Amino acid sequence: MAHITSKPKQRGALRQQPFDSSAEKPQFPGASAEFIDHLEFIQPNVISGIPVYRVMDRQGQIINPSEDPKLSKEMVLNFYQKMTLLNTMDRILYESQRQGRISFYMTNYGEEGTHIGSAAALEPTDLVFGQYREAGVLMYRGFPLDLFMAQCYANADDLGKGRQMPVHYGCKDLNFVTISSPLATQLPQAAGAAYAVKRENSNRVVVCYFGEGAASEGDAHAGFNFSATLECPLIFFCRNNGYAISTPTNEQYRGDGIAARGPGYGLMSIRVDGNDVFAVYNATKEARRRAVAENQPFLIEAMTYRIGHHSTSDDSSAYRSVDEVNYWDKQDHPISRLRHYMTARDWWGEDEEKAWRKQSRKLVMEAFERAERRLKPNPELLFTDVYDEMIPPIAKQRDAMWRHIQQYKEHYPLDLYEK
Amino acid sequence: MNDYLFKRVLTCVFIADTHCMNVSAGPTQKMNLFQSVTSALDNTLAGDPTAVIFGEDVAFGGVFRCTVGLRDKYGKDRVFNTPLCEQGIVGFGIGAAAAGATAIAEIQFADYIYPAFDQIVNEAAKYRYRSGNMFDCGKLTIRAPWGCVGHGSIYHSQCPEAFFTHCPGIKIVVPRGPVQAKGLLLSCIADQNPCIFFEPKILYRAAVEQVPTEAYQIPLSQAEVLQEGSDLTLVAWGTQVHVLKEVAAMAQEKLGVSCELIDLRTILPWDTETVCKSVVKTGRLLISHEAPVTGGFAAEISSTVQEECFLNLEAPISRVCGYDTPFPHIFEPFYIPDKWKCFEAVKRMINY
Repeated sequence: MAHITSKPKQRGALRQQPFDSSAEKPQFPGASAEFIDHLEFIQPNVISGIPVYRVMDRQGQIINPSEDPKLSKEMVLNFYQKMTLLNTMDRILYESQRQGRISFYMTNYGEEGTHIGSAAALEPTDLVFGQYREAGVLMYRGFPLDLFMAQCYANADDLGKGRQMPVHYGCKDLNFVTISSPLATQLPQAAGAAYAVKRENSNRVVVCYFGEGAASEGDAHAGFNFSATLECPLIFFCRNNGYAISTPTNEQYRGDGIAARGPGYGLMSIRVDGNDVFAVYNATKEARRRAVAENQPFLIEAMTYRIGHHSTSDDSSAYRSVDEVNYWDKQDHPISRLRHYMTARDWWGEDEEKAWRKQSRKLVMEAFERAERRLKPNPELLFTDVYDEMIPPIAKQRDAMWRHIQQYKEHYPLDLYEK
Repeated sequence: MNDYLFKRVLTCVFIADTHCMNVSAGPTQKMNLFQSVTSALDNTLAGDPTAVIFGEDVAFGGVFRCTVGLRDKYGKDRVFNTPLCEQGIVGFGIGAAAAGATAIAEIQFADYIYPAFDQIVNEAAKYRYRSGNMFDCGKLTIRAPWGCVGHGSIYHSQCPEAFFTHCPGIKIVVPRGPVQAKGLLLSCIADQNPCIFFEPKILYRAAVEQVPTEAYQIPLSQAEVLQEGSDLTLVAWGTQVHVLKEVAAMAQEKLGVSCELIDLRTILPWDTETVCKSVVKTGRLLISHEAPVTGGFAAEISSTVQEECFLNLEAPISRVCGYDTPFPHIFEPFYIPDKWKCFEAVKRMINY
């Protein structure tokens, strides 16, 4: 059973108790607690914090057999293939930015387990709010490579109509809300969405991903507090990957990470090994079951490591050692740990690995080449969707732009865009 | 029949709308501004099962009584308090709206809307555009008490509309009285774009009209010509419309000047056509708002009108606004753009 930090009391008892001045207990409306007669500060427990739940050791061996979710071979192979396909797509798109083909990219190296393990534990109808490093969630749900590429290339097939930087994916059909750059804005939004979902009685949960850096934002505090007070069926999933660009965690917070904040808000909380896809799966699955059944929010802090740079605009060798990165890449990687689990069961071997590497690379390269050739969207789309309908001032500006372009057309790259 | 209501704090006379501009034919009831808001919210909760109202203190009825009775009538899951956190209130509202609920968020005073600025400008306004129209928060309406109240001082008197007019993707609406408030609020709620509805708090009790009890809508982005005139165009919104009504009467009586009075109603997107058409006719424009003059919305109106109506202008466009200071406490009578300052500006324009 996943070790979820239990709340000190049942939720009901935290509601205001009836006032009784004859009782010796404190009667303050703001807290339900006993008196204490000696002075004692609570020591924040950061030396030995909330324990990290895991199912597999670093070599992919199951530690406690009763925790093995015993997923089917088909499902486990799918986990592996999705993680490796994501990894392959990351390599190719990172390279394509280096070559000037796309403007920007963010890789997911080392965090594939957090994406796939959690996505697999959700229903397809569950609504996902992400930050920007959760492409594997979308991939697990079936977002095609062509659409990942279309968004990164901002070509005419982009569902987002070419309006945002690469990796700002979204997909209504897959219930994945479009990513935005400002950090942590999605946390209170996820609480609101979960409240609306609760009122629908549709047995859905809302999942909200964010990093340990974003958790410092005021919006994170707002999201936690609102979800608890308004009793929302919501899973907060924190990817604690050790860095917010160059800022390590000891400059981001002084407490015991993000999981320890949960009880402060009244949230059921757990810390898991984010590089253990089964631990992530088990925790998310149980959190989902209870969030829907009990209409309360859950906080999962998935400990992991950001193996790649923050983005193509970052060179992380400026602030961390190659040795540190290599440790995680070689000794504690979600993909290799799962592969060990698979090979131990003879579900996967060298031949399968070779064949899959070739096939996945081919799939990615073909999508890449198609995306390269595709035109950009019609510049008309610069002006639409500001409001639900076109309004006169924007229409006027649009017409002025086209008149201008007509007059100065040789200075504008019209051939790259659809007509 | 006119309803005159003098109030110690209201430095102008509130004159009720007598003809309701054909807003609705059904039965009416005497309501003040906060009651007309309650009526709009009541109609909304009755007709739309997804509608929810939330914010600080709305459960007991709200600090301005706009939500009185609604929790008892519609249930605690639909009218509820949130923690004291404006960025959370608006963020929560965005998410609820994106998930399909009609979300009506109350910010206790417009002066406290700024923590939600990021959620409004970076998120709500851009939700539809950035997602290629896959997602939107059009079902979000944010309401906030707005404007001077006689003693509100720095943090209970602000008119922050100018900060938000620089933000494509949202709509901003300010009513001048109860009939307008209900119809405009219902339009904001129905509108499929995130809207901010500023309610002039000084009019909550002072403004009383016969308001239709059933739901009705007043169109957004349509300014209203309250009084036709030939010599000078007056433009304002909210409380200041009543100040300018008096100025128009003073101008007629003391100067023989015929003013055309326009209530802008929707600040963003604003009705340039009605204002420009009027200035083409009169050749003179005076815009007045309580908010500080620099960067205030009068600057935007002024700039557009001089672009469109340059050759029609007989005098420079005049802005009678708050000074470039924070809103003062004891000095409020000196700060506000009262009828004497506006009248003086009319005189100068006529004599230019």
